[in-house]
Amino acid sequence: MLPYSGSVSLVSSFLFPPLQFVPPPNRSDWLCVVTPSVRRVTRSSDWSKSRRFPTGLAHSPAEDSLKMAASLRCFLRSGKKAVSALGQREFHRSAPAAAQVTVRDALNQAMDEELERDERVFLLGEEVAQYDGAYKVSRGLWKKYGDKRIIDTPISEMGFAGIAVGAAMAGLRPICEFMTFNFSMQAIDQVINSAAKTCYMSAGLQAVPIVFRGPNGASAGVAAQHSQCFAAWYAHCPGLKVVSPWNSEDAKGLLKSSIRDDNPVVFLENELLYGVPFEMSEEAQSKDFTIPIGKAKVERAGSHITLVSHSRYVGHCLDAAAVLAKEGIECELKLSRSPLPVVVLQVINLRTIRPMDVESIEASVMKTNHLVTVEGGWPQFGVGAEICARIMEGSAFNYLDSPVTRVTGVDIPMPYAKILEDHSLPQIKDIIFSVKKTLNV
Amino acid sequence: VRKLLSIVFKGAAAVVSARTYADFTNEATFEIKKCDTFKLDEGPATQVVMTRDEGLQYYRTMQTMRRMELKADQLYKQKIIRGFCHLYDGQEACAVGIEAAINLSDHLITAYRAHGYTYTRGGTVKKIMAELTGRRGGIAKGKGGSMHMYCKHFYGGNGIVGAQVPLGAGVALACKYQGNSELCVCLYGDGAANQGQIFETYNMAALWKLPVIFICENNGYGMGTSVERAAASTDYFKRGEFIPGVRVDGMDVLCVREASRFAADYCRSGKGPILMELQTYRYHGHSMSDPGVSYRTREEIQEVRSKSDPISMLKDRMLSNNMASVEELKEIDVEVRKEIEDAAQFATTDPEPPLEDLCNHIFHNNPPLEVRGTNPWSKLKSVS
Repeated sequence: MLPYSGSVSLVSSFLFPPLQFVPPPNRSDWLCVVTPSVRRVTRSSDWSKSRRFPTGLAHSPAEDSLKMAASLRCFLRSGKKAVSALGQREFHRSAPAAAQVTVRDALNQAMDEELERDERVFLLGEEVAQYDGAYKVSRGLWKKYGDKRIIDTPISEMGFAGIAVGAAMAGLRPICEFMTFNFSMQAIDQVINSAAKTCYMSAGLQAVPIVFRGPNGASAGVAAQHSQCFAAWYAHCPGLKVVSPWNSEDAKGLLKSSIRDDNPVVFLENELLYGVPFEMSEEAQSKDFTIPIGKAKVERAGSHITLVSHSRYVGHCLDAAAVLAKEGIECELKLSRSPLPVVVLQVINLRTIRPMDVESIEASVMKTNHLVTVEGGWPQFGVGAEICARIMEGSAFNYLDSPVTRVTGVDIPMPYAKILEDHSLPQIKDIIFSVKKTLNV
Repeated sequence: VRKLLSIVFKGAAAVVSARTYADFTNEATFEIKKCDTFKLDEGPATQVVMTRDEGLQYYRTMQTMRRMELKADQLYKQKIIRGFCHLYDGQEACAVGIEAAINLSDHLITAYRAHGYTYTRGGTVKKIMAELTGRRGGIAKGKGGSMHMYCKHFYGGNGIVGAQVPLGAGVALACKYQGNSELCVCLYGDGAANQGQIFETYNMAALWKLPVIFICENNGYGMGTSVERAAASTDYFKRGEFIPGVRVDGMDVLCVREASRFAADYCRSGKGPILMELQTYRYHGHSMSDPGVSYRTREEIQEVRSKSDPISMLKDRMLSNNMASVEELKEIDVEVRKEIEDAAQFATTDPEPPLEDLCNHIFHNNPPLEVRGTNPWSKLKSVS
């Protein structure tokens, strides 16, 4: 169980902005990728060089070259993964107010700060300690906190998930990492029957303050058994909170809130987002920055149609929004006689799947009258299906000018071949197509 | 006249017991069965001392548990208790012996045959019975039922077979983490002993030297399947492979107590986990829906009841060593019966939980939230 993933082209297009972009064949949606300036890495994300340490540390050239050598070794060993690692090894002397922070580093910071803040917090999972995390999310934590608080477990999901739940019952605040949520299926009984239901069954006597976290959903080229999205499965169950962050700010703020929450939280990360840098405001970089669980965020204001999404597909929605805006403008210039309307999308980032912030969606639908949901999971009984049902049952139904559209993963186990895999998940062109169909343009 | 007579008789009884009190032996030494050991150089002691007070306390506790379970049987047949009801009668020596060897500050977790442990861990008969009948005065306010009773340092009551074992190891991890020299007693049955997660737990507990006592209550049958038909190896105390084990006579409260003391010392010294197999027997079937005679004979049940009943054994021991009188024990029986009657009375007359409580306690320490009812117009409130 060792998914190394991340498509080279994806990462490299983020890190090394192409001067001359030549889209690979059959990937026309790459044209929609937003301008390179947003994606460029400018800041070292190596936690040990962060602002928390005295700024007077000297970095010798010898150290630098050692680090570079280490990175190269890493690159040769792990191939695609290390491209991002190379970028992350840059040193950065001064700390600008807002910064580019990858999701991985945001998660790392969140855990580091919570481990420091509360002695009862500890992390357990496979390879989280000495390996620095299967995806390097817990890099440096074992070195800082030691064996007691960062625990490597054997490959026994049901066992260690149960142990984590028991520890939570006895007063600690564990973070239980599943290498991917696919493996959480082995332990799902402990998550649902031992963690989620206990507070209710004991009439409030027994709390279970635990966070189950790990990458969820499709990665790249890892095939059917390693690509399932569990948002719908976990969000089905009362007693759990299910959180699905998109960018670094989401990741940090929501993870901190989840750890501080006295209830079981399933924290669904996304492996493809780990290496993606996002801008983090100064406020977001502070030690007490939390994002409340259960509130969605409007990522982009719009008036024609609402797009609701979570995790990685929020990015896709924003890209689709950019394309549609550009398209509209271009058309206006070219065909002055019959311009295509500029379609302005409102993009809502759910952030939390359960409890879902239906009010935000309803408020938006009442403004835009059209709704499209976008997710990576399968369509049947999924997040989009739930949103449809909730909108129908609520007051926003009367404001809909067309039925809600769901954009989802294809209803098949994930295939391996790249072309098949690409067509198993929502692409930007699928979102654009669905938006246009919903708006009837 | 009747009242006067009763006062006289009571007085006489008091006088009688007061007169013979001074004649009782305060403590006696008993020879108990030697325990088989696995990967241990020495086992629990075979000569144990029991004081009169201890004996009376064990007797009272076991009798209370016995009568409570029999009362539950009655109420179930009257359909006042519904759903699952797994009764513990016959196995009282296990719960009482274990509790005698640990402190209330230690931790304990077991499976669904949990009424006895709920009592020894501090739950009252009243609250236990009210939980069985699903009333608001129940130990879990009627939300949990037979299999989900909780109290301080007692983590239930768990319905999923075997799931409580990793939980117990987790509690032990918390004890070790917090450095409080507490331990966790983690119980499971002969049926659960074949669950994979238990072996995962053995591995981690031994690896990390967690202060957990794994106890397999082997009552010979996993629901309707006898141990010979379920397990390739019925030496449950050896199944820990790299964890030392002890096999104990689970019908003898002193044997259980001594072995538990031995195990507790082992754990507290930091040597890691230890495994105990308690050979015991349940008189009832697996649950109230199981008559218990399709996979075993009535003669077998009768034989165990007459030869190895834990309460009778203790009673015989105390009487033959002049540690108590027949009247004294009878008096305890009467008091216990009254306690159970009162509890049953409470359990049948206490009102059911209010409907407002339906959605409460989903979360802990959470602001109030709205819960969808059965239809979209039904918006229910949940507070924690």
